[in-house]
Amino acid sequence: MADPPDALIAVKGLRKEYPAERGTILALEDIDLDVAEGELVAIVGPSGCGKSTLLKIVAGLLPATSGEVRLRSLPVTGPRRDIGVVFQSPVLFPWRTVLDNVLLPVDVQRLGRAKHRGRALDLLKLVGLSGFEDRYPWELSGGMQQRVAITRSLMHDPALLLMDEPFGALDAMTRESLNLELQRIWLERRETILFVTHSIPEAVFLADRVFVMTARPGRVLDRIEVRIPRPRTLEVMATPEFGRIARAIRAHFNLRAEVDA
Amino acid sequence: MTRIRGAIGRVVLLVGSLALWEAAVRALHVPSFILPSPSQIGLALYQGAVSGIYLQHSWITLVETLLGFVLGSAVAFLLGTALASSRRVEYFLYPFIVMFQNMPKVALAPLIIIWFGLGLGSKVVSAALIAFFPLLVNTIAGLRSADEDRVDLMRSLGATPMQIFWMLRLPSALPFLMAGLEVAMVFSLVGAIVAEFVGSEAGLGMLIQSRNFSMDVAGEFAVLFLLAILGLALNAVVVLVRRRVLFWDPSQKQASSGPSVMKGSTP
Repeated sequence: MADPPDALIAVKGLRKEYPAERGTILALEDIDLDVAEGELVAIVGPSGCGKSTLLKIVAGLLPATSGEVRLRSLPVTGPRRDIGVVFQSPVLFPWRTVLDNVLLPVDVQRLGRAKHRGRALDLLKLVGLSGFEDRYPWELSGGMQQRVAITRSLMHDPALLLMDEPFGALDAMTRESLNLELQRIWLERRETILFVTHSIPEAVFLADRVFVMTARPGRVLDRIEVRIPRPRTLEVMATPEFGRIARAIRAHFNLRAEVDA
Repeated sequence: MTRIRGAIGRVVLLVGSLALWEAAVRALHVPSFILPSPSQIGLALYQGAVSGIYLQHSWITLVETLLGFVLGSAVAFLLGTALASSRRVEYFLYPFIVMFQNMPKVALAPLIIIWFGLGLGSKVVSAALIAFFPLLVNTIAGLRSADEDRVDLMRSLGATPMQIFWMLRLPSALPFLMAGLEVAMVFSLVGAIVAEFVGSEAGLGMLIQSRNFSMDVAGEFAVLFLLAILGLALNAVVVLVRRRVLFWDPSQKQASSGPSVMKGSTP
Protein backbone atom coordinates (compact mmCIF):
# COMPACT_ATOMS: atom_id res chain seq x y z
CA MET A 1 0.00 0.00 0.00
CA ALA A 2 1.38 3.39 -0.96
CA ASP A 3 1.48 6.33 1.44
CA PRO A 4 -1.63 8.49 1.35
CA PRO A 5 -0.80 11.18 -1.22
CA ASP A 6 -0.45 14.05 1.24
CA ALA A 7 1.18 12.14 4.13
CA LEU A 8 4.06 14.07 5.66
CA ILE A 9 4.91 11.23 7.95
CA ALA A 10 3.95 7.59 7.43
CA VAL A 11 4.55 4.72 9.84
CA LYS A 12 4.12 1.21 8.46
CA GLY A 13 4.11 -2.19 10.12
CA LEU A 14 6.19 -0.85 13.01
CA ARG A 15 7.31 -3.32 15.66
CA LYS A 16 9.47 -2.77 18.71
CA GLU A 17 10.85 -5.46 20.98
CA TYR A 18 12.98 -4.91 24.06
CA PRO A 19 15.38 -7.55 25.34
CA ALA A 20 14.26 -8.85 28.74
CA GLU A 21 15.59 -11.35 31.25
CA ARG A 22 13.79 -14.17 29.50
CA GLY A 23 13.20 -13.60 25.80
CA THR A 24 11.86 -10.22 24.73
CA ILE A 25 9.12 -7.79 25.63
CA LEU A 26 6.92 -6.71 22.75
CA ALA A 27 6.30 -2.98 23.18
CA LEU A 28 4.73 -2.10 19.85
CA GLU A 29 3.13 -4.33 17.26
CA ASP A 30 1.94 -3.62 13.76
CA ILE A 31 1.61 0.13 14.07
CA ASP A 32 0.28 1.93 11.00
CA LEU A 33 -0.08 5.66 11.21
CA ASP A 34 0.06 8.70 8.97
CA VAL A 35 -0.06 12.42 9.50
CA ALA A 36 -0.83 14.83 6.67
CA GLU A 37 0.94 18.13 6.15
CA GLY A 38 -0.49 20.71 8.54
CA GLU A 39 -2.54 18.15 10.46
CA LEU A 40 -2.76 17.86 14.26
CA VAL A 41 -3.01 14.20 15.19
CA ALA A 42 -3.32 12.87 18.74
CA ILE A 43 -2.40 9.42 19.98
CA VAL A 44 -4.33 8.49 23.09
CA GLY A 45 -3.78 5.41 25.21
CA PRO A 46 -3.27 4.17 28.74
CA SER A 47 0.05 4.48 30.53
CA GLY A 48 2.53 1.89 29.33
CA CYS A 49 1.00 1.41 25.89
CA GLY A 50 4.24 2.41 24.21
CA LYS A 51 3.14 5.88 23.06
CA SER A 52 6.41 7.44 24.12
CA THR A 53 8.39 4.62 22.54
CA LEU A 54 6.49 5.18 19.31
CA LEU A 55 7.26 8.89 19.41
CA LYS A 56 10.96 8.25 20.02
CA ILE A 57 11.07 5.90 17.04
CA VAL A 58 9.34 8.48 14.83
CA ALA A 59 11.87 11.07 16.08
CA GLY A 60 14.70 8.74 15.08
CA LEU A 61 15.94 8.54 18.68
CA LEU A 62 15.24 4.80 18.98
CA PRO A 63 15.60 2.14 16.27
CA ALA A 64 12.53 0.05 15.38
CA THR A 65 12.78 -3.74 15.43
CA SER A 66 10.98 -3.90 12.09
CA GLY A 67 8.73 -1.77 9.95
CA GLU A 68 9.51 1.75 8.88
CA VAL A 69 8.95 5.45 9.37
CA ARG A 70 9.01 7.73 6.35
CA LEU A 71 9.13 11.50 6.36
CA ARG A 72 8.21 12.94 2.96
CA SER A 73 8.70 9.42 1.55
CA LEU A 74 12.28 9.17 2.86
CA PRO A 75 13.02 6.65 5.64
CA VAL A 76 13.86 8.09 9.07
CA THR A 77 17.02 6.30 10.22
CA GLY A 78 18.33 8.62 12.94
CA PRO A 79 17.69 11.95 14.64
CA ARG A 80 16.74 14.61 12.12
CA ARG A 81 16.94 18.34 12.37
CA ASP A 82 13.56 18.82 10.72
CA ILE A 83 11.73 16.94 13.50
CA GLY A 84 11.13 18.86 16.73
CA VAL A 85 10.39 17.14 20.04
CA VAL A 86 8.60 18.42 23.14
CA PHE A 87 8.92 16.17 26.19
CA GLN A 88 6.67 15.70 29.21
CA SER A 89 9.08 17.70 31.37
CA PRO A 90 10.25 20.98 29.85
CA VAL A 91 13.93 19.80 29.77
CA LEU A 92 15.21 23.35 29.83
CA PHE A 93 18.85 24.04 30.67
CA PRO A 94 18.88 25.83 34.05
CA TRP A 95 22.16 27.62 33.30
CA ARG A 96 20.62 29.31 30.23
CA THR A 97 18.18 32.20 30.32
CA VAL A 98 14.76 31.79 28.68
CA LEU A 99 16.05 33.45 25.50
CA ASP A 100 19.20 31.29 25.45
CA ASN A 101 17.08 28.18 25.95
CA VAL A 102 14.91 29.15 23.00
CA LEU A 103 18.08 29.76 20.96
CA LEU A 104 19.49 26.31 21.77
CA PRO A 105 18.51 24.84 18.37
CA VAL A 106 20.16 27.86 16.71
CA ASP A 107 23.37 27.26 18.68
CA VAL A 108 23.40 23.52 17.98
CA GLN A 109 22.66 23.91 14.28
CA ARG A 110 24.93 26.97 13.97
CA LEU A 111 22.24 29.05 12.31
CA GLY A 112 23.58 32.36 13.62
CA ARG A 113 22.31 33.92 16.84
CA ALA A 114 22.16 37.47 15.54
CA LYS A 115 19.87 36.48 12.68
CA HIS A 116 17.48 34.53 14.92
CA ARG A 117 17.27 36.71 18.01
CA GLY A 118 14.38 38.72 16.62
CA ARG A 119 12.51 35.58 15.64
CA ALA A 120 13.02 34.11 19.12
CA LEU A 121 11.58 37.25 20.70
CA ASP A 122 8.61 37.12 18.30
CA LEU A 123 7.92 33.50 19.21
CA LEU A 124 8.17 34.28 22.93
CA LYS A 125 5.59 37.01 22.35
CA LEU A 126 3.37 34.49 20.54
CA VAL A 127 3.31 32.25 23.63
CA GLY A 128 2.83 35.22 25.95
CA LEU A 129 6.30 35.31 27.48
CA SER A 130 7.40 38.78 26.42
CA GLY A 131 9.53 40.36 29.11
CA PHE A 132 10.69 37.01 30.50
CA GLU A 133 13.57 36.48 28.04
CA ASP A 134 16.31 37.27 30.56
CA ARG A 135 14.83 35.18 33.37
CA TYR A 136 16.08 31.73 34.24
CA PRO A 137 13.81 28.66 33.88
CA TRP A 138 13.71 28.06 37.65
CA GLU A 139 12.17 31.49 38.11
CA LEU A 140 9.12 30.45 36.04
CA SER A 141 6.06 28.33 36.83
CA GLY A 142 5.69 24.83 35.33
CA GLY A 143 3.24 26.07 32.71
CA MET A 144 5.56 28.90 31.65
CA GLN A 145 8.50 26.51 31.45
CA GLN A 146 6.55 24.24 29.12
CA ARG A 147 5.70 27.25 26.95
CA VAL A 148 9.42 28.00 26.70
CA ALA A 149 9.96 24.38 25.64
CA ILE A 150 7.30 24.73 22.92
CA THR A 151 8.86 27.98 21.73
CA ARG A 152 12.24 26.25 21.53
CA SER A 153 10.74 23.45 19.43
CA LEU A 154 9.34 26.01 16.96
CA MET A 155 12.63 27.87 16.68
CA HIS A 156 14.25 25.88 13.89
CA ASP A 157 10.96 25.48 11.98
CA PRO A 158 10.76 21.69 12.03
CA ALA A 159 8.57 20.02 9.42
CA LEU A 160 7.07 17.83 12.14
CA LEU A 161 6.51 18.52 15.81
CA LEU A 162 6.33 15.54 18.18
CA MET A 163 4.80 16.23 21.57
CA ASP A 164 5.06 13.59 24.27
CA GLU A 165 2.40 14.39 26.91
CA PRO A 166 3.70 17.97 27.08
CA PHE A 167 1.02 19.06 29.56
CA GLY A 168 0.84 15.82 31.54
CA ALA A 169 2.71 17.16 34.56
CA LEU A 170 0.63 20.35 34.88
CA ASP A 171 -2.47 21.06 36.95
CA ALA A 172 -5.86 20.88 35.21
CA MET A 173 -6.39 24.65 34.89
CA THR A 174 -2.94 25.34 33.44
CA ARG A 175 -3.40 22.38 31.17
CA GLU A 176 -6.65 23.71 29.70
CA SER A 177 -5.21 27.15 29.10
CA LEU A 178 -2.17 25.63 27.39
CA ASN A 179 -4.45 23.49 25.22
CA LEU A 180 -6.13 26.68 24.05
CA GLU A 181 -2.75 28.28 23.53
CA LEU A 182 -1.41 25.35 21.52
CA GLN A 183 -4.49 25.49 19.28
CA ARG A 184 -3.97 29.20 18.77
CA ILE A 185 -0.31 28.75 17.86
CA TRP A 186 -1.20 25.90 15.57
CA LEU A 187 -3.96 27.87 13.81
CA GLU A 188 -1.49 30.69 13.25
CA ARG A 189 1.45 28.60 12.05
CA ARG A 190 -0.09 25.33 10.83
CA GLU A 191 2.71 23.13 12.07
CA THR A 192 2.25 19.41 11.56
CA ILE A 193 1.89 17.98 15.06
CA LEU A 194 1.81 14.46 16.43
CA PHE A 195 0.61 14.75 20.01
CA VAL A 196 0.70 11.92 22.55
CA THR A 197 -1.54 12.03 25.62
CA HIS A 198 -3.40 9.81 28.05
CA SER A 199 -6.19 12.37 28.44
CA ILE A 200 -9.18 11.66 26.22
CA PRO A 201 -10.65 15.22 26.48
CA GLU A 202 -7.27 16.73 25.59
CA ALA A 203 -6.97 14.48 22.54
CA VAL A 204 -10.49 15.26 21.28
CA PHE A 205 -10.15 18.97 21.98
CA LEU A 206 -6.88 19.37 20.10
CA ALA A 207 -6.84 16.86 17.28
CA ASP A 208 -8.11 16.58 13.74
CA ARG A 209 -7.80 12.82 14.14
CA VAL A 210 -7.28 10.63 17.19
CA PHE A 211 -5.43 7.31 17.11
CA VAL A 212 -6.50 5.03 19.96
CA MET A 213 -3.83 2.70 21.30
CA THR A 214 -4.01 -0.30 23.62
CA ALA A 215 -1.34 -1.58 25.94
CA ARG A 216 0.95 -4.62 26.02
CA PRO A 217 1.69 -4.83 23.21
CA GLY A 218 0.90 -1.33 21.93
CA ARG A 219 -1.45 -1.54 18.95
CA VAL A 220 -3.55 1.00 17.09
CA LEU A 221 -7.12 0.01 17.89
CA ASP A 222 -9.09 2.75 16.20
CA ARG A 223 -8.74 6.03 14.35
CA ILE A 224 -11.42 8.64 14.86
CA GLU A 225 -11.94 11.90 12.99
CA VAL A 226 -12.89 14.93 15.04
CA ARG A 227 -15.02 17.21 12.88
CA ILE A 228 -15.54 19.98 15.39
CA PRO A 229 -14.96 23.39 13.76
CA ARG A 230 -12.07 25.59 14.89
CA PRO A 231 -11.16 27.64 16.72
CA ARG A 232 -12.55 25.43 19.47
CA THR A 233 -13.33 26.97 22.83
CA LEU A 234 -13.39 25.10 26.12
CA GLU A 235 -17.20 25.13 25.82
CA VAL A 236 -17.07 22.56 23.00
CA MET A 237 -16.26 20.03 25.69
CA ALA A 238 -19.89 20.31 26.78
CA THR A 239 -21.35 19.68 23.30
CA PRO A 240 -23.03 16.37 22.33
CA GLU A 241 -20.59 15.87 19.45
CA PHE A 242 -17.58 16.13 21.80
CA GLY A 243 -19.26 13.77 24.27
CA ARG A 244 -20.03 11.25 21.55
CA ILE A 245 -16.41 11.11 20.36
CA ALA A 246 -15.02 10.98 23.90
CA ARG A 247 -17.40 8.12 24.73
CA ALA A 248 -16.40 6.23 21.60
CA ILE A 249 -12.75 6.44 22.64
CA ARG A 250 -13.43 5.63 26.27
CA ALA A 251 -15.42 2.55 25.24
CA HIS A 252 -12.21 1.00 23.91
CA PHE A 253 -10.58 1.24 27.33
CA ASN A 254 -13.64 0.33 29.41
CA LEU A 255 -13.89 -2.93 27.47
CA ARG A 256 -10.39 -3.75 28.59
CA ALA A 257 -10.73 -2.30 32.07
CA GLU A 258 -7.89 0.12 31.42
CA VAL A 259 -9.64 3.35 32.26
CA ASP A 260 -7.42 6.37 32.25
CA ALA A 261 -8.56 9.99 32.29
CA MET B 1 17.31 39.15 67.71
CA THR B 2 18.04 35.42 68.05
CA ARG B 3 20.81 35.85 65.49
CA ILE B 4 22.56 38.45 67.59
CA ARG B 5 22.04 36.44 70.75
CA GLY B 6 23.51 33.39 68.96
CA ALA B 7 26.56 35.38 67.85
CA ILE B 8 27.15 36.66 71.37
CA GLY B 9 26.84 33.10 72.69
CA ARG B 10 29.50 31.93 70.27
CA VAL B 11 31.98 34.62 71.30
CA VAL B 12 31.33 33.99 74.99
CA LEU B 13 31.90 30.27 74.55
CA LEU B 14 35.16 30.86 72.63
CA VAL B 15 36.57 33.40 75.09
CA GLY B 16 35.38 31.26 78.00
CA SER B 17 37.15 28.12 76.79
CA LEU B 18 40.38 30.06 76.18
CA ALA B 19 40.18 31.53 79.70
CA LEU B 20 39.50 28.10 81.18
CA TRP B 21 42.48 26.69 79.28
CA GLU B 22 44.73 29.53 80.49
CA ALA B 23 43.56 29.11 84.07
CA ALA B 24 43.94 25.32 84.06
CA VAL B 25 47.49 25.45 82.65
CA ARG B 26 48.55 28.03 85.26
CA ALA B 27 46.80 26.41 88.22
CA LEU B 28 48.04 22.91 87.46
CA HIS B 29 51.57 24.06 86.51
CA VAL B 30 51.46 22.16 83.22
CA PRO B 31 54.90 22.44 81.61
CA SER B 32 54.75 24.41 78.36
CA PHE B 33 56.38 21.58 76.36
CA ILE B 34 53.28 19.46 77.18
CA LEU B 35 50.52 22.02 76.80
CA PRO B 36 51.31 25.72 76.39
CA SER B 37 48.76 28.31 77.55
CA PRO B 38 46.87 30.45 75.02
CA SER B 39 48.94 33.48 76.06
CA GLN B 40 52.18 31.64 75.29
CA ILE B 41 50.78 30.59 71.89
CA GLY B 42 49.71 34.18 71.26
CA LEU B 43 53.21 35.35 72.06
CA ALA B 44 54.73 32.79 69.70
CA LEU B 45 52.33 33.93 66.97
CA TYR B 46 53.30 37.54 67.51
CA GLN B 47 57.05 36.91 67.54
CA GLY B 48 56.91 34.77 64.40
CA ALA B 49 54.76 37.30 62.61
CA VAL B 50 57.10 40.17 63.46
CA SER B 51 60.21 38.27 62.39
CA GLY B 52 58.58 37.50 59.01
CA ILE B 53 59.23 33.80 59.41
CA TYR B 54 55.53 32.85 59.14
CA LEU B 55 54.98 34.83 55.99
CA GLN B 56 57.98 33.19 54.34
CA HIS B 57 56.98 29.62 55.22
CA SER B 58 53.24 30.17 54.65
CA TRP B 59 54.01 31.46 51.18
CA ILE B 60 56.01 28.34 50.36
CA THR B 61 53.28 26.00 51.62
CA LEU B 62 50.64 28.01 49.76
CA VAL B 63 52.53 27.78 46.46
CA GLU B 64 53.06 24.02 46.92
CA THR B 65 49.39 23.53 47.71
CA LEU B 66 48.07 25.59 44.80
CA LEU B 67 50.42 24.09 42.23
CA GLY B 68 49.55 20.60 43.47
CA PHE B 69 45.85 21.44 43.39
CA VAL B 70 46.02 22.71 39.80
CA LEU B 71 48.13 19.77 38.60
CA GLY B 72 46.07 17.10 40.37
CA SER B 73 42.74 18.63 39.34
CA ALA B 74 43.76 19.05 35.71
CA VAL B 75 44.96 15.46 35.37
CA ALA B 76 41.91 14.16 37.27
CA PHE B 77 39.53 16.11 35.05
CA LEU B 78 41.14 14.94 31.81
CA LEU B 79 41.36 11.32 32.91
CA GLY B 80 37.85 11.43 34.39
CA THR B 81 36.50 12.77 31.10
CA ALA B 82 38.22 9.97 29.19
CA LEU B 83 36.85 7.37 31.63
CA ALA B 84 33.31 8.78 31.49
CA SER B 85 33.33 8.99 27.70
CA SER B 86 34.73 5.60 26.82
CA ARG B 87 33.70 2.24 28.26
CA ARG B 88 36.89 0.77 26.85
CA VAL B 89 39.15 3.22 28.67
CA GLU B 90 37.14 2.59 31.82
CA TYR B 91 37.46 -1.18 31.45
CA PHE B 92 41.24 -1.08 31.18
CA LEU B 93 41.92 1.58 33.81
CA TYR B 94 39.41 0.47 36.40
CA PRO B 95 41.69 -2.02 38.20
CA PHE B 96 44.38 0.66 38.69
CA ILE B 97 41.87 3.12 40.05
CA VAL B 98 40.39 0.67 42.54
CA MET B 99 43.92 -0.22 43.69
CA PHE B 100 44.99 3.37 44.31
CA GLN B 101 41.70 4.78 45.48
CA ASN B 102 41.61 2.79 48.70
CA MET B 103 45.29 3.08 49.44
CA PRO B 104 46.27 5.90 51.82
CA LYS B 105 48.10 8.17 49.38
CA VAL B 106 50.04 9.86 52.19
CA ALA B 107 51.94 6.57 52.57
CA LEU B 108 53.60 7.37 49.24
CA ALA B 109 55.19 10.56 50.58
CA PRO B 110 58.58 9.03 51.52
CA LEU B 111 58.85 7.49 48.07
CA ILE B 112 57.95 10.79 46.43
CA ILE B 113 60.73 12.52 48.39
CA ILE B 114 63.23 9.96 47.06
CA TRP B 115 62.03 10.46 43.50
CA PHE B 116 61.51 14.22 43.45
CA GLY B 117 63.94 15.52 46.06
CA LEU B 118 63.61 17.86 49.03
CA GLY B 119 62.45 20.92 47.08
CA LEU B 120 59.20 22.20 45.66
CA GLY B 121 58.72 19.34 43.16
CA SER B 122 58.05 16.58 45.68
CA LYS B 123 55.51 18.71 47.61
CA VAL B 124 53.61 19.56 44.43
CA VAL B 125 53.53 15.90 43.37
CA SER B 126 52.37 14.78 46.80
CA ALA B 127 49.63 17.45 46.92
CA ALA B 128 48.55 16.63 43.36
CA LEU B 129 48.36 12.91 44.07
CA ILE B 130 46.07 13.36 47.06
CA ALA B 131 43.92 16.00 45.34
CA PHE B 132 43.55 13.76 42.30
CA PHE B 133 41.05 11.12 43.43
CA PRO B 134 38.20 13.21 44.83
CA LEU B 135 37.98 15.10 41.56
CA LEU B 136 38.44 12.00 39.39
CA VAL B 137 35.50 10.22 41.03
CA ASN B 138 33.31 13.32 40.90
CA THR B 139 34.19 14.06 37.27
CA ILE B 140 33.07 10.58 36.21
CA ALA B 141 29.86 10.74 38.25
CA GLY B 142 29.14 14.29 37.10
CA LEU B 143 29.62 13.68 33.39
CA ARG B 144 27.29 10.68 33.65
CA SER B 145 24.64 12.62 35.55
CA ALA B 146 23.15 14.42 32.52
CA ASP B 147 19.40 13.92 32.29
CA GLU B 148 18.48 11.39 29.55
CA ASP B 149 15.64 13.56 28.21
CA ARG B 150 18.09 16.43 27.80
CA VAL B 151 20.45 14.13 25.89
CA ASP B 152 17.52 13.04 23.70
CA LEU B 153 16.63 16.67 23.11
CA MET B 154 20.18 17.46 22.01
CA ARG B 155 20.21 14.40 19.74
CA SER B 156 16.86 15.36 18.22
CA LEU B 157 18.34 18.75 17.34
CA GLY B 158 21.13 16.95 15.52
CA ALA B 159 23.87 17.77 18.05
CA THR B 160 27.27 16.13 17.64
CA PRO B 161 28.78 14.21 20.58
CA MET B 162 31.16 17.16 21.09
CA GLN B 163 28.24 19.60 21.28
CA ILE B 164 26.43 17.32 23.72
CA PHE B 165 29.58 17.32 25.86
CA TRP B 166 30.21 21.06 25.88
CA MET B 167 26.62 22.30 25.95
CA LEU B 168 25.05 19.66 28.19
CA ARG B 169 27.28 17.11 29.91
CA LEU B 170 29.92 19.54 31.19
CA PRO B 171 27.48 22.09 32.64
CA SER B 172 25.44 19.25 34.17
CA ALA B 173 28.63 17.96 35.80
CA LEU B 174 29.53 21.31 37.38
CA PRO B 175 27.85 20.71 40.77
CA PHE B 176 29.87 17.48 41.08
CA LEU B 177 33.07 19.11 39.81
CA MET B 178 32.80 21.96 42.29
CA ALA B 179 32.15 19.54 45.18
CA GLY B 180 35.21 17.56 44.06
CA LEU B 181 37.35 20.69 43.81
CA GLU B 182 36.36 21.72 47.31
CA VAL B 183 37.64 18.44 48.73
CA ALA B 184 40.67 18.49 46.43
CA MET B 185 41.70 21.89 47.76
CA VAL B 186 41.77 20.72 51.38
CA PHE B 187 43.43 17.47 50.37
CA SER B 188 46.25 19.24 48.52
CA LEU B 189 47.11 21.12 51.70
CA VAL B 190 47.29 17.75 53.49
CA GLY B 191 49.54 16.41 50.71
CA ALA B 192 51.90 19.37 50.89
CA ILE B 193 52.21 19.23 54.70
CA VAL B 194 52.82 15.47 54.79
CA ALA B 195 55.57 15.78 52.18
CA GLU B 196 57.11 18.61 54.21
CA PHE B 197 57.09 16.36 57.28
CA VAL B 198 58.96 13.64 55.47
CA GLY B 199 61.66 15.86 54.09
CA SER B 200 61.95 19.53 53.22
CA GLU B 201 63.90 22.71 53.78
CA ALA B 202 60.97 25.11 54.18
CA GLY B 203 57.22 25.39 54.68
CA LEU B 204 54.80 25.27 57.60
CA GLY B 205 55.05 21.47 57.86
CA MET B 206 58.82 21.71 58.17
CA LEU B 207 58.37 24.44 60.80
CA ILE B 208 56.09 22.18 62.89
CA GLN B 209 58.61 19.37 62.59
CA SER B 210 61.59 21.48 63.66
CA ARG B 211 59.74 23.11 66.56
CA ASN B 212 58.66 19.67 67.71
CA PHE B 213 62.28 18.57 67.82
CA SER B 214 63.26 21.65 69.86
CA MET B 215 60.28 21.17 72.23
CA ASP B 216 58.86 24.58 71.22
CA VAL B 217 55.27 23.38 71.61
CA ALA B 218 53.81 26.89 71.87
CA GLY B 219 55.44 27.69 68.52
CA GLU B 220 54.02 24.45 67.13
CA PHE B 221 50.51 25.46 68.20
CA ALA B 222 51.02 28.81 66.53
CA VAL B 223 51.80 27.10 63.21
CA LEU B 224 48.77 24.83 63.60
CA PHE B 225 46.68 27.96 64.00
CA LEU B 226 48.20 29.38 60.79
CA LEU B 227 47.42 26.14 58.96
CA ALA B 228 43.80 26.32 60.06
CA ILE B 229 43.61 29.89 58.73
CA LEU B 230 45.26 28.85 55.47
CA GLY B 231 42.86 25.92 55.02
CA LEU B 232 39.90 28.16 55.77
CA ALA B 233 41.04 30.75 53.23
CA LEU B 234 41.64 28.16 50.50
CA ASN B 235 38.21 26.64 51.11
CA ALA B 236 36.57 30.07 51.07
CA VAL B 237 38.03 30.75 47.61
CA VAL B 238 36.54 27.52 46.20
CA VAL B 239 33.17 28.18 47.85
CA LEU B 240 33.14 31.68 46.37
CA VAL B 241 33.86 30.36 42.88
CA ARG B 242 31.24 27.63 43.35
CA ARG B 243 28.53 30.13 44.25
CA ARG B 244 29.28 32.16 41.13
CA VAL B 245 29.46 29.19 38.78
CA LEU B 246 26.46 27.33 40.17
CA PHE B 247 24.02 30.20 40.54
CA TRP B 248 21.48 28.03 38.73
CA ASP B 249 21.78 24.92 40.90
CA PRO B 250 18.95 24.60 43.44
CA SER B 251 21.05 22.43 45.78
CA GLN B 252 23.38 25.41 46.32
CA LYS B 253 20.65 27.34 48.12
CA GLN B 254 20.80 24.88 51.00
CA ALA B 255 23.63 24.91 53.48
CA SER B 256 25.08 21.63 52.21
CA SER B 257 27.51 21.68 49.35
CA GLY B 258 25.60 19.95 46.57
CA PRO B 259 26.11 16.44 45.34
CA SER B 260 29.31 14.75 46.27
CA VAL B 261 30.46 11.29 45.42
CA MET B 262 33.28 10.68 47.80
CA LYS B 263 33.29 6.93 48.16
CA GLY B 264 36.59 5.66 49.44
CA SER B 265 38.72 8.73 48.93
CA THR B 266 41.56 8.41 51.38
CA PRO B 267 44.03 11.27 51.66
